[in-house]
Amino acid sequence: MTNFVRSLFVVASTFFVAIPAFAEEASGKGGPMFALASALAIGIAAVGGAFGQGKTAAAALDGIARNPAAQGKIFVPMIIALALIESLVIYALIIAFGLSGKA
Amino acid sequence: MHFSWFQFIPGLQNLPTHVATAGFGTLLIILISLIAYSVAGKPEEALIPSQGFSLRGLFEVIVESLTGLVDSVMGHGNERMVPIIGSMFLYILLNNLLGLFPGFSPATDNLNTTLACGVTIFLLYNYEGVRSNGVGYFKHFLGPLIWLAPIMLPIELISHLVRPMSLGLRLFGNMTGDHTVLAIFLNLAPVGVPMIFYALGLFVCFVQAFVFSLLSMVYISLATAHDH
Repeated sequence: MTNFVRSLFVVASTFFVAIPAFAEEASGKGGPMFALASALAIGIAAVGGAFGQGKTAAAALDGIARNPAAQGKIFVPMIIALALIESLVIYALIIAFGLSGKA
Repeated sequence: MHFSWFQFIPGLQNLPTHVATAGFGTLLIILISLIAYSVAGKPEEALIPSQGFSLRGLFEVIVESLTGLVDSVMGHGNERMVPIIGSMFLYILLNNLLGLFPGFSPATDNLNTTLACGVTIFLLYNYEGVRSNGVGYFKHFLGPLIWLAPIMLPIELISHLVRPMSLGLRLFGNMTGDHTVLAIFLNLAPVGVPMIFYALGLFVCFVQAFVFSLLSMVYISLATAHDH
């Protein structure tokens, strides 16, 4: 891992130390952890999905640039790939909806 | 509860919204197909293409593009798949598009509708697999080598059971998320900005109906693949 990712990880772990403090304030429903969980779920899923779809679109555009006549044949598999990658993000979104309903 | 036009119809008031919308969508499809049938004409005069942009030309374009889609994904000789795939595509498309009108919410907004479509496709491709390969279709589940069977069988079963779930969840999640985003933006900026989201919603409706039918065609062609 690069140095930047390592330092980011250290910073993030200091937040996790503060979790017992949050738990003291929350009452009843389980409080802010559900909100944080639902936001993190969709956020991280969106990052992964964006990377995957970006590579798909880049490969499809490369293929069209090499051979413009193949545009019809490249388009349909590209749409399938985009929808399949996006469906993983949608699963995370559904979990985020379910979690945000609890808090 | 949001407002819905079905509140004004006395018979449909007590139904859940997605049932009423699905019934309304089916009624629309029946009406459109009755119009198409009456416009189609006899086979002799149907050979001559109509002049200009006419209603008959419109329906011919739709049917031809659906047939071309099934041909390109499943190969020749699969014309009997066109009715089921085409009607699934049109049903999902119409129900998605109904959600764009104010006061309606798409019937595919609810997991029940989309899961029903997914289960239909699941039963269909299994039936097609058994019909074309006989009982040897179930040998697919055992994997390529016979001694791998104890590992391959649970994996294959789970991946097959996940297919209708994923079909249903994908459609449901896309429609719900899109509707939610549209509602949020309508609350924030009522004039002008939501036009972009309506355009996105239109695009998503088409793409999701298209992807649903594409994936069902891929599942059917995987199930009916003869490994000679």
